Amino acid sequence: MGSTNSTLSKIPNAGDLMQETGFSPAHIVRLYDRYKALDKDKKGHLCPQDFGAIKELAMNPIKQVCQEVLDFPSFVRILAHFRPVDKNRPKDPNSPEHINSRSNKLKFIFQLYDQDKDGKISRQELLQVLRTMLEKQVTEEQLESIADRTIQEADLDRDDAISFDEFRKSMEKVNIEHKMSIRFLR
Amino acid sequence: MTARTRFCGGLLRISRALRTVALSLVTGCVFSVHASFGAVHGDNDTSHSSGHGTHTKTHNTTYPATRAFPVLTVNYDHVRKPFEISLWILLASLMKLGFHYIPRVSSVVPESCVLIVVGLLVGGLIRLLGETLPVLDTQLFFLCLLPPIILDAGYFLPTRPFTENLGTILVFAVVGTVWNSFFIGVVLYGVCQIEGEQLAAVDLLACLLFGSIASAVDPVAVLAVFEEIHINELLHILVFGESLLNDAVTVVLYHLFEEFASEGQVTVVDACLGMVCFFVVAFGGILVGTVFGLVAAVTSRFTAHSRVIEPLFVFLYSYMAYLSAEVFHLSGIMALIACGVVMRPYVEANISHKSYTTVKNVLKMWSSVSETLIFIFLGVSTVAGPHSWNWAFVIITIFLCLISRVMGVVGLTFIINKFRMVKLTGKDQFIVAYGGLRGAIAFSLAFLLPSDHFPMKNMFLTAIITLIFFTVFVQGMTIRPLVDLLAVKKKKQTKFTINEEIHSQFINHMLSGIENVCGHYGHHHWRDKLSRFNKYYVKKWLIAGERSQEPQLISFYNKLELKQALLVAESGSAANIGPGLSSAALLSAQSQKQRTVMKNISKEREEEIRKILRANLQKTRQRLHSYNRHTLVLEEEDEWSTVQLRRQRVELEKRMTHYLTVSASGWDSPPVRRARFQSVKSTWPNPVLQLAFLPSTWS
Repeated sequence: MGSTNSTLSKIPNAGDLMQETGFSPAHIVRLYDRYKALDKDKKGHLCPQDFGAIKELAMNPIKQVCQEVLDFPSFVRILAHFRPVDKNRPKDPNSPEHINSRSNKLKFIFQLYDQDKDGKISRQELLQVLRTMLEKQVTEEQLESIADRTIQEADLDRDDAISFDEFRKSMEKVNIEHKMSIRFLR
Repeated sequence: MTARTRFCGGLLRISRALRTVALSLVTGCVFSVHASFGAVHGDNDTSHSSGHGTHTKTHNTTYPATRAFPVLTVNYDHVRKPFEISLWILLASLMKLGFHYIPRVSSVVPESCVLIVVGLLVGGLIRLLGETLPVLDTQLFFLCLLPPIILDAGYFLPTRPFTENLGTILVFAVVGTVWNSFFIGVVLYGVCQIEGEQLAAVDLLACLLFGSIASAVDPVAVLAVFEEIHINELLHILVFGESLLNDAVTVVLYHLFEEFASEGQVTVVDACLGMVCFFVVAFGGILVGTVFGLVAAVTSRFTAHSRVIEPLFVFLYSYMAYLSAEVFHLSGIMALIACGVVMRPYVEANISHKSYTTVKNVLKMWSSVSETLIFIFLGVSTVAGPHSWNWAFVIITIFLCLISRVMGVVGLTFIINKFRMVKLTGKDQFIVAYGGLRGAIAFSLAFLLPSDHFPMKNMFLTAIITLIFFTVFVQGMTIRPLVDLLAVKKKKQTKFTINEEIHSQFINHMLSGIENVCGHYGHHHWRDKLSRFNKYYVKKWLIAGERSQEPQLISFYNKLELKQALLVAESGSAANIGPGLSSAALLSAQSQKQRTVMKNISKEREEEIRKILRANLQKTRQRLHSYNRHTLVLEEEDEWSTVQLRRQRVELEKRMTHYLTVSASGWDSPPVRRARFQSVKSTWPNPVLQLAFLPSTWS
């Protein structure tokens, strides 16, 4: 445990990070080690090529997360979205919502869909997502029909795009806290 | 309606129902009594006919002058065995029918209780008439009555909640059962020693054996009760999964203690061998099941030309898996479950729609009949079996079973909750503990005990029967009001939406990516690897034709579209029937318009369209919402709002004209048809849908 504390002191702003994300010191150290391991050229930050080096991520939407330079606090913040929701953590009414709350998790996914950041998932963006998920196995027509049906189901105000509220409503039956959590990151 | 007329009406209904029940009961009893009578007379008949045979042989030249040509002879013995079997099954089915006509009973008392009571009555009747009672033959039970129920459960097992909770289920099944057996056995031994007198003869090993028999939660009883209370999926799969998987433990413990009891002494080596035996039994059973499942999948790949016998393969391979496992004293139940689970995705992709329906219906029918028969026989055997009542033993047994179950569940949950993401609450624990029903398996195992090694077998049998009655009646009847009282979450009607499916898959994808980023090989990584292995290697061998390439999202989407098409078509044809229906009234105006537009379609085109629609129907499958035995019909999507339906129709109407102007000259052969669909640059949601929206063509 002593080694944790010494490495912890090497990490800048570790205390603030822990406060903000809710990770324990051991986790922060582990993530720091992993961050350093991914950063092959020892630049001090992660760039898209580092993510590209992980070959399993070849067809994974998570690659978009790293569009530009990623420093350690941002790295931790992204991963904090996937922490299981802990009900015991005292909720300070004045502080902002926890990063791993249900709506923040949903917002994270929404941002991955919404690439042009206009607050809505348009048909093109949906098609793009479907294309990455289904790779080359389906025809363009099938993709388009699926996209059509998806928008039809979720789109309540008939603007042919899915806003964040509509997205949230369509996912209300899904147990996001469970689905979008990795136990390892508790 | 005044109170008096209502009262009279109710009285009339009750009397009618009672009459039906009484009639069926009496008919059944008369028949079964007749059957047992036949058993007695059958022997006389055989002697007669054999005598006759020799007589006619020696006098074959001369005509026996004294006897006229028999116009009508009775030879019951000829058909005795099948006749009796059919009568029992008929009786069981009639009971099932009559059960639903009794107004109050079906909502208060679970079906299993009523069936046991009926068994008791029938047994009592037969005993009164002085005939020999048919006892629940263990061979019959384990080889004929149990497999259909287990196959039905295994084939329709919801795999996703099962695999998500597998750890919990295993802990409950293995550790929980072992704990139960030892606790009951040891404490019972202590009580017997203290009590002295008759019970002092019961030694430790016999008590442990009794404990292992009494501790097994029974899948048949659990299924029978839980299916009626519609509890939420998590609890259902926990209790049910536990009842299935503890078979391995029960088999091992039973054989272990039986072996030891006949030997007389136990060494440490034997105990270690016992533990090894557990792993062999469990994994051996799963292996046997998997092998047979894969063989069945491969076989189904080649059944394109003989669709009629496809269901037979499903049943035969599963039954063979069960029997093969039983040959080696492996866990037959686990083999059966493994076979069903492994076989299902591939077989369903290969067999025709009709065969799929056949498999589903036959399994449900068989398992329903089996279950009914089991409970009736349980009642009859209670009346029959030699009993040796011992107040202390029985009361202590029941008490201990309850206590050990509660302690086991609470203790194990405390440990398990540290590893679970969705914790089990106190309410959940209560239901899991309360749902530990014992049933016919315990009875059969007790019946199988050799009485020379176990002089107190009758006492054991009586105790087990009382335990079964207690759990089935008391716990079975009270669990429903308790579930309502505790406001336990019920099973929610899930409507599959394409949004949820897409986003769920997206999240899964993303999570395995995150796991790769973190360098941690977790649940999602392995699931990903397994599905990739499945896609690239396994599916190619086991699924015929091009369906092997279809990604899951596409088949899901096709299913949804098909369901929607059926709904739209149904509501459309309803509009043709009459103006009374509310949703149809909205739509009738539009359908009028369409009918004028559609006059252009020629007869041949209609026929082709219908053929194409039928072919598409064959390609996709209707996924079962629930594996509830009592509701085979897919529950209607009642949340489908009329607003959405109306929107669909408006949009379809807009595109209708476009469809009709596109010349469809190449509708001839299926390959051409498919190519055509994919090349038509239309904005149709789905070709199936566009064809379904022709209400006048649906006859």
